[in-house]
Amino acid sequence: MVVSPAHPAKAGWTFVKPSVVPGFGLTFGYTLLYLSLIVLIPIIGLFLKAAQVPLEDIVRIATAPRTLNALRVSFGASFIAALVNIVFGLIVAWVLVRYKFPGRRLMDAVVDLPFALPTAVAGIALSTLYAPKGWIGWLVSANGPLHLGWKIAYTPTGIVIALIFIGLPFVVRTVQPVLEEFEAELEEAAATLGANRWQTISMVILPRLMPAILTGFSLAFARAVGEYGSVIFIAGNLPNVSEIAPVLIVIKLEEFDQAGAAVIAGIMLVIAFVMLFVINLIQAWARRRFGDV
Amino acid sequence: MYEQDDLVYDSRRPILPSDHTRPTTERDWIKRTLIGIAIVFMLAVIVLPLVLVFVEAFRKGAGEYFSTFGDPQSQAAIRLTLLVAAIAVPLNLVFGVAAAWCVAKFEFPGKAFLTTLIDLPFSVSPVVSGMVYVLLFGAQGFLHPWIKGTNIEIIFAVPGIVLATIFVTFPFIARELIPLMQDQGNGDEEAALSLGANGWQVFWRVTLPNIKWGLLYGVLLCNARAMGEFGAVSVVSGHIRGKTTTMPLDIEILYNEYNFAAAFAVASLLALLALVTLIVKTILEFRYGDELAGTRKH
Repeated sequence: MVVSPAHPAKAGWTFVKPSVVPGFGLTFGYTLLYLSLIVLIPIIGLFLKAAQVPLEDIVRIATAPRTLNALRVSFGASFIAALVNIVFGLIVAWVLVRYKFPGRRLMDAVVDLPFALPTAVAGIALSTLYAPKGWIGWLVSANGPLHLGWKIAYTPTGIVIALIFIGLPFVVRTVQPVLEEFEAELEEAAATLGANRWQTISMVILPRLMPAILTGFSLAFARAVGEYGSVIFIAGNLPNVSEIAPVLIVIKLEEFDQAGAAVIAGIMLVIAFVMLFVINLIQAWARRRFGDV
Repeated sequence: MYEQDDLVYDSRRPILPSDHTRPTTERDWIKRTLIGIAIVFMLAVIVLPLVLVFVEAFRKGAGEYFSTFGDPQSQAAIRLTLLVAAIAVPLNLVFGVAAAWCVAKFEFPGKAFLTTLIDLPFSVSPVVSGMVYVLLFGAQGFLHPWIKGTNIEIIFAVPGIVLATIFVTFPFIARELIPLMQDQGNGDEEAALSLGANGWQVFWRVTLPNIKWGLLYGVLLCNARAMGEFGAVSVVSGHIRGKTTTMPLDIEILYNEYNFAAAFAVASLLALLALVTLIVKTILEFRYGDELAGTRKH
């Protein structure tokens, strides 16, 4: 496949479009080799493992109450966390783009912290913060000044908190650039035509942000479904109640039940793929309906 | 960007009566409420956890804090983390440059598919990323017969930790360089070639200087993730203290032993790394924003 740089205009079909720049054979070959060794062969191994499991065992593992509950907790908590992130991520992005206030640049930089902070560190910090004696956990507990009696850590709510932490930057960083490039003329036109501010926001601005919001939602959701490190400390990991699917996979592996682990991993990949596919369809619809932003 | 004054709300500017009637901005109390909600939310979810790491680490005083790092097991964890990053980051750096060169500088069928495959590790759960190597090299694994006779240990040993770390940090550098090199095009390289430079000279003297800030940016993010990876490493490590525990795994063990001060002391080092990463990242975006590709992505 190496193209001779001396004859860039050589006629006929070649795999790579002729170019004077050298190095295609070397870089393409190395890319394929490294990609195969590190990513492709191991992932094919996972599917081979799952395919070796007899069908009745796959059904038995997949329909076990503990498996179903773990999947329900994982996908349910991820969905709620992504919804919360849409609301607050939109507010944060809006405030960062539209308003000037002291500390705005700092807030802008801090949004990326969940990308940089190791998940285990986030996990123990969130768990301590939202535990019944933690700063926020105490504030909302029955003993706190507000007498709310809420329990956050070691319940499914704690899982949602950890997943909100993990997903927030995805929503902010997809909505923010679109909001920055939003044409002022559209808002001015809406105002000229007699819309009040709320009508302009809900009928002009939000629909145009829809594709970006959905992209942020699906990125946050996809990340949350597989999340492990930040969740295990705050979750309590009680089977059937606050046990997420990745934790169940780890437990199966520790019990040397590789077939069980591979089946649950396969189910997670398939459900996540289907949900992302549906979201992509909605997104394509939103693009057609609300315009490409 | 909204640079026009009439669209930008400045809390330090005196409020004029006309502010309340301006049709393309919100009422003042709404602005203040939204800013308040954003600040409270960011504090509760992101800032307070970070502050708490350092408060808890120093709860029993600086002496106790520094004594954690005298513990041989924590020292071994720090050394292992540095070793793993020192292997994983350069390997992914070489791959990232090679992948970006072939994707950005050439046209060939299946290019979009190749870039999707490169991004694949981002969409896989960390637990699954570790598990794929257990299924290959573990006791019942496909490749286990190959290594059984030899002295090589992969799962529950350092090579497995390195492999899992390479897997999860695989796309970082390639993903930063591909759009950047696509934007820059082949013009500079073609000019150098026509002036008689050979391929390596073009790479070292023309391409590398063009992409250096993007490369640094990618290496920075790759390194932060490599040192902080937990889920994938946890699955392949076996948690043998002093031997196969990286810093995040050491944090887990200390925390589960109710040794909170030590857990947060080790965590504070990783939090510091995250802060330095964020600061350098912000500086790079601010000064060399046009020479980076994914300034708003990761």
